Amino acid sequence: MTQAEHSHAGHHEMPFWRKYIFSTDHKVIGLQYGITATFFLLFGFLLMILMRWQLAYPGVEIPLIGKALTETGALTPELYNALGAMHGTIMIFLGVVPMGVGAFGNYLVPLQVGAQDMAFPKLNMMSYWVYFVGGVVMMSSFLMPGGAAASGWTSYPPLSVTAPNAQSVWLLAMVFLITSSLLGSVNTIVTAIQLRAKGLSFMRWPIHVWAQVATAFLLLLAFPPLEGAAVLQLSDRVFGSSFFLPSGLYIDGAKSTAAGGGNPLLWQHLFWFLAHPEVYVLILPAVGVISEIISTFARKPLYGYKTMVYSIIFLGFMSFIVWAHHMFMTGMGVTLSSFFQATTMIISIPSVIILTTLLLTLWGASIRFTVPMLFSLAFLPMFAIGGLTGLPLGLTASDIHLHDTYYVIGHFHYVVAPGTLFALMAGVYFWYPKITGRYMNEFLGKVHFWVSFVAINCVFMPMFLMGSKGVSRRLYDQTGYSHGAATQSWNVVMSTAAFVLLLAQIPFLYNMFTSWKTGKKVENDNPWGATTLEWAASSPPPHENFPTPVEVYREPYSYSPSSRKVSPQFSQQEA
Amino acid sequence: MSVVIPYVDKPHPVTGVTNAKLGVWLFLASEVMLFGALFSALITLRLGVNDWPHGYDRLNVPLATLNTVVLIFSSVTVVMSWAALKMNNLKQFKTYMSLTLLMSVIFLVVKAIEYNSKFSHVPPITPATSNFYAIYFVITGLHGLHIIGGIIVNAYLLGPGSRMWKTEPERFTGRIECAGLYWHFVDLVWIFLFPILYLL
Repeated sequence: MTQAEHSHAGHHEMPFWRKYIFSTDHKVIGLQYGITATFFLLFGFLLMILMRWQLAYPGVEIPLIGKALTETGALTPELYNALGAMHGTIMIFLGVVPMGVGAFGNYLVPLQVGAQDMAFPKLNMMSYWVYFVGGVVMMSSFLMPGGAAASGWTSYPPLSVTAPNAQSVWLLAMVFLITSSLLGSVNTIVTAIQLRAKGLSFMRWPIHVWAQVATAFLLLLAFPPLEGAAVLQLSDRVFGSSFFLPSGLYIDGAKSTAAGGGNPLLWQHLFWFLAHPEVYVLILPAVGVISEIISTFARKPLYGYKTMVYSIIFLGFMSFIVWAHHMFMTGMGVTLSSFFQATTMIISIPSVIILTTLLLTLWGASIRFTVPMLFSLAFLPMFAIGGLTGLPLGLTASDIHLHDTYYVIGHFHYVVAPGTLFALMAGVYFWYPKITGRYMNEFLGKVHFWVSFVAINCVFMPMFLMGSKGVSRRLYDQTGYSHGAATQSWNVVMSTAAFVLLLAQIPFLYNMFTSWKTGKKVENDNPWGATTLEWAASSPPPHENFPTPVEVYREPYSYSPSSRKVSPQFSQQEA
Repeated sequence: MSVVIPYVDKPHPVTGVTNAKLGVWLFLASEVMLFGALFSALITLRLGVNDWPHGYDRLNVPLATLNTVVLIFSSVTVVMSWAALKMNNLKQFKTYMSLTLLMSVIFLVVKAIEYNSKFSHVPPITPATSNFYAIYFVITGLHGLHIIGGIIVNAYLLGPGSRMWKTEPERFTGRIECAGLYWHFVDLVWIFLFPILYLL
């Protein structure tokens, strides 16, 4: 029986809207997440292209579309601020997290534990649609009088409390997005724990499942405080309370009429209590994806599976007690900052262990340089640069100089862009044959990889130099400052590279959409010779994933490097 | 072949719980973090100013005490309704669940009287008056929304939802247990909220 026939035979005939729009199938929902998130990632990228034009050529009219945006054709400072705030918000909450957790988690976790669907399929559908509504609400803030929310993705008060109405829309959208994440994370954890196939003990989980479960716990426990904070800020804005407004506040030269007595730092604490674990929400699914791909194409077991599992758990736990390293400049005092410096140094240890185990997996391997493997191999040094440049930010002495400069931007973009996004792209190339039954085009993939790899480094590497010179991260036009003018030429390089990076995504998107119908067909259900359960399902998997229940016989990644043989988890015989 | 989700009515042999029960516990963990954040905010705000008022000077303690009793009573009745199902007595379940709903509505009515006395005060007391009232309105308001959510769920389980008893009694009992867990949590929030807001 061919795969296509098989998947259709398995379906009850459902109308189009039940099958593809309001579907309860985790695979369809995963793809919905993926497509929506791809849209938002591109949109967030385009916002940044506009900003990069302004940074490279301050005050010069934007070609083609400038006149449609502003009167002069160049970005105004207000619009620049709004674009910056929306870039961060969209990329993190509407792009990378829905891609890493929503798309990959949804599609792969049930398959990798051998389940027929998520534990709560209707809840799963609901979490996608709540996310979708949150996205629509967030985008609608562009239509508000005064423009989109412009208080940064961090929305620090008191500026955010006194900002125009778009900020309320931002908060409302966040409440939707947080609710969606909560529903999704409950579902992921329950699915992974309860619906495991026979024989799949916890220590036989693929690393990707561990990573997704750890991520879900972070979302579950770190997001509610931000939801609470969003409610408090909404109350400040709508009902006139003063949770985040201090006494004696002056706005535009006039004394604020609010009762006062609030504490702007309270918001920062509540915000970063989410937003630091959020960093690990961004990175952990990527680590999971990379582990699967590296061991598959290295044809070797992961070096130190248990070490990796414990590192992920420890990382998740520690991520809750490092948040105030974002706030060293708020005058928190030596005792508190010592604590957070210490925890920050400690959390780097499991990250380094994870990276080292991945690196050691390559040792003595016979590596197959496929497109997903190229992206995964690039992930290692990129994530290392991102991680290591974070250390100076975690120590107060160096942070005083680097705080709020381009150095910070360079640091976290190395983690998220050539780090997480490269990993997720690797994941797309890797699981595409499972999702569609066809390969993506190898040549286009290599073009996508090499151009992206060079361009993305040209975008973010100069940021470390600019930041070290003290250029502030939120400047609309840095040429007005002598240290800014001295490094302005870098901005031209970075903006050009950003534009090249945008162009480099065209072959990727083209590849992704056309290979669906025209790509080379897979020879069998396990074309890469991988070991985890999703490769036991047909490609694409039918609605119920596994028409006959799968059983697990061994640990994942049972590759034998000497004999070049592989024993998948689902095959009874040892190869 | 259609999708079959295991452990919907029977507990998983390893974890010892059904899917729904694990899900509810996780959900409640996140709720703890939500209210925990708000209580932390209250503490931070209170410690940040010199003249934070005492709750008993500004709020109606007798009414809140009444509400505390009402909620504790409802917690008992919700357990009794679950126990009734365990003893295969649907009629008794309905009695106790109705009592639970009655208690929840009484709670909301008392709450409305309390809120109304603040709004009709001259000058009106609102979140803009001071941060003491602001945090009072936010925490009790959010708690009130949780009560309303519980009422909707419990009313559904008492009404149309109870049809499941005929077809899948075990699953239905599990649902009542989950709803009861949630209801206990909402009570527990009040048990913390009452002394911290009203008595300190």
